[in-house]
Amino acid sequence: MQVIYFDNNATTKVAPEVTEAMLPFFTELWGNPSSMHTFGGQVAKYVDQAREQVADLFNAKPQEILFTSCGTESDNTAIWSALQTQPDKKHIVTTAVEHPAILETAAFWERNGYTVTRLGVDEKGNLDLEEYANALTPDTDIVSIMYANNEVGNIYPIPKMAEMAKERGILFHTDAVQAAGKVDIDLAKVPVDMLSISGHKIHCPKGIGMLYIRKGVLFRPFIRGGHQESGRRGGTENVPYIVGLGKACQLAKEHMAEEQTRVAALRDRLEAGILAHVPECKVNGDPAHRLPGTTNIAFRNIEGEAVLLMLDRLGICASSGSACTSGSLEPSHVLKAMNVPFKYAHSSTRFSLCRYNTEEEVDFAIEHIPAVIKTLRDLSPFKD
Amino acid sequence: MWNYSQKVQDFFLKPHNAGPMEDANAIGEVGSLACGDALKLYLKINDEGVIEKASFETFGCASAIASSSILTDMVIGMKVDDALKITNADIAKALDGLPREKMHCSVMGQEALEAAIRNWKGEPAVPHAQEEGKLVCKCFNVTDQTIIKAIRENNLTTLEDITAFTKAGGACGSCLDEISEILEAELRRQGKGTAAASVAEDVAHNEKVAAAHAEEATGGLTNIERMQKVMAAMQLIRPQLQADGGDVRLVDISGKVVSVQLTGHCGGCPASQATLHQIIESILRMQVEPDIVVKEVKA
Repeated sequence: MQVIYFDNNATTKVAPEVTEAMLPFFTELWGNPSSMHTFGGQVAKYVDQAREQVADLFNAKPQEILFTSCGTESDNTAIWSALQTQPDKKHIVTTAVEHPAILETAAFWERNGYTVTRLGVDEKGNLDLEEYANALTPDTDIVSIMYANNEVGNIYPIPKMAEMAKERGILFHTDAVQAAGKVDIDLAKVPVDMLSISGHKIHCPKGIGMLYIRKGVLFRPFIRGGHQESGRRGGTENVPYIVGLGKACQLAKEHMAEEQTRVAALRDRLEAGILAHVPECKVNGDPAHRLPGTTNIAFRNIEGEAVLLMLDRLGICASSGSACTSGSLEPSHVLKAMNVPFKYAHSSTRFSLCRYNTEEEVDFAIEHIPAVIKTLRDLSPFKD
Repeated sequence: MWNYSQKVQDFFLKPHNAGPMEDANAIGEVGSLACGDALKLYLKINDEGVIEKASFETFGCASAIASSSILTDMVIGMKVDDALKITNADIAKALDGLPREKMHCSVMGQEALEAAIRNWKGEPAVPHAQEEGKLVCKCFNVTDQTIIKAIRENNLTTLEDITAFTKAGGACGSCLDEISEILEAELRRQGKGTAAASVAEDVAHNEKVAAAHAEEATGGLTNIERMQKVMAAMQLIRPQLQADGGDVRLVDISGKVVSVQLTGHCGGCPASQATLHQIIESILRMQVEPDIVVKEVKA
């Protein structure tokens, strides 16, 4: 059976070019870039090259790029460093719709004496700039707000929000794990101090992330050890994956225009097709400010896990914010923050597309999804 | 993805007896939209008290749909009194087992069956015991009676079991202490002293951890407070060293161990150890905490 992969906000297919770029570092070039001998040392230039490729995607400087093991480590590091370098400040500003990498980290610091403000969202999932401005105080240590939301795809006004923090002398971090490669982020213009990305969301394998740290921003390592990464992160460099991330960023830059046009058009086609053929469904989030490949659709009166399993039978991969798939017995915190009614929240299904998806795949989904929804609705005791 | 048995998958994808029943004379409804699953069970019971027909409508995940469906198969042809003997464990067994986290789906089936038969008998929708029971989990509307029943019928011994079978404690978690007490008492009643003791031990351990956190928050310094105090004290120390052409740099604070680097004249000074302990450590001990330890880190 063919696999139609519409779950690219969860993880992505490794680009063949990325695999190819990585392979020599598993077979021939397995040396340690820190070694004095030529055999090991020659690897360092590939790490440097990758650093340049990553920097280039964001119009940053290579020395501002710190390689980490994943987006979660990048997020933890950013918060840790901000708190350690400004021990006199005790307040963190974030949002109620962040990824757990930030939510749980903020909650940890809250248990350790910090105050945390979690900005709410409206029913479209958008933040309120006035609420944000009011949350910033002289005691605010760091603001951490995601560039784009993983569940509904909303893109937040990060350039504006970072500017507002900068005016007040407050550090600004953004989790750009979902936005990287899909939204044009020019760090020469957007005044964020730190930015996290993850490799496996941009067609690189799992196990590599990056934290951008603007030149001049004070930094304290989260992982202590050797002198690697200019003393900012101990641990021997994960050379093959760093090389892979460099390649993935280069490809992301080359394909950004395609993401914003062809992939966005595919998403629109899928969404319009579902809305036209399935009664009583609605789009969660803000279609006017959204990632190009993401749509989150709620089907009234049915449950998301059942939808996913039926789609799975058709080879369609998607994900859901329903309680039964979250492992927590409660629907997603993002949909709850948006006050999505229960009759919609439990069936919210996320389709996230990428440059490898095709029109045929979208049309296959549009053809088969209405029957899946009808089957489950016929089983449901709720008909209104 | 859940690891469902083939039978669960079959009953989910091709459910038997799905849909409403127009001539039903017994209807049982449990669950709600807010809870994330709900089941409406229809029965047609004849004058001899035999269930002639059964059908269902379910809002929920694959295991909820499969549990409802197989239950209808099980009860058709059964006498009401025998049907009442069906437990949630029987439903799960008929499906070749359910993932632990999904056992509450089988509980929902059993509850709907009970509700339908009460409806046929003309009894109120809520069982007598539940009416009198005390509401424990407010998020999922679970009473102590429901919890005790689940413990008895499924030989549950842990807190996680209770959440998996009844959902109680699965959302905000504020009732977990109360559930622990119910579980411990029930296990003692069953003569399972060891299991009860282990529950009690867990509770005591959690209380100890919570108390330690509370003490940290009110009593001793938190790491952050300690860090702030050390930084402030360093500002008192540095001018003294700078007067001699030296200086000190704070490198790290880990618990009560403060690592510093002596720079300038202090770095190579033969009396550096004296500086370290008699000046820096003694000032930190006065200003911050009496058991601070200062360690030197070489440049």
